[in-house]
Amino acid sequence: MPVTTLNGKSVHVNEEGFLTEYDEWDESLAAVLAEQIGIQLTDAHWKVIRFLREDFKAQGETATTRRVQQVGGVPVKEQFTLFPKKPGKKMSYIAGLPKPHGCV
Amino acid sequence: MTTTDTTPAEQTAPIVPSFGDDETDRKLAIICSKGNLDMAYPGLILGNAALGEGIETHLFFTFWGFDMIMKSRMHDLQFSPAGNAAMHLPGSDRHMPQALAPAMTGMATKMLKKQIADLGVPEVPDFLDQIVAAGGHLWACRLSADMMKIAEEDLRDDVEAIISAADFIEKTEGAQLLFI
Repeated sequence: MPVTTLNGKSVHVNEEGFLTEYDEWDESLAAVLAEQIGIQLTDAHWKVIRFLREDFKAQGETATTRRVQQVGGVPVKEQFTLFPKKPGKKMSYIAGLPKPHGCV
Repeated sequence: MTTTDTTPAEQTAPIVPSFGDDETDRKLAIICSKGNLDMAYPGLILGNAALGEGIETHLFFTFWGFDMIMKSRMHDLQFSPAGNAAMHLPGSDRHMPQALAPAMTGMATKMLKKQIADLGVPEVPDFLDQIVAAGGHLWACRLSADMMKIAEEDLRDDVEAIISAADFIEKTEGAQLLFI
């Protein structure tokens, strides 16, 4: 896996640029990741990101948009507004997690 | 990538995923022509996945597919093992005797619904809510509506219109198309 420098810190990423080590992520890194894909984080974004982090820790896999709605309480429509076009991938990228594997 | 696990080298520029926001003009059109519970899902799952990839997605309901969008029927789709040669006894590779199959629709429907729910996959009406929330477009077939004497008020409110086959072809110009 490649190693890259983000926010002055070395982190492991996969070939697409998603972080591969859960513990290498921190909240200041999230803002840098978000900026790289053109997103300015607001409280609404943070609600999703913090849910994804907690849920991954508990479940061992990244929540899908469906799960972010049903369990995390953020409607799918809002997810598409916050993370346009590809919410599932964008929010997991910013949260330093793998892309969701679930189909729904 | 030019680096490996054993000798990681620092990349000077961060690797940023290409989410390709503005590059895709890909469009997907899915024709849903079946009203069986098991045949409702392929279109919903693929449509939902396409929307999550930023692809403009249209679902066109025709013939028995109307059961997926009719207020009076959409909560009660059924799954029948009858005529399904791939139907096996639960948890086994043994074929279900076809003579028994017609009597088993109720049980099979209940079982399938449970399996779907266990995977966190929504029921059909709820799934269509999600597809619309994600920006998907729902259309109904004019000929089927006329034939079955179905009006717009019989359909989900988020069905955008009852349209002709020609309208559909026009709306989905350049789209990839799936017939289910």
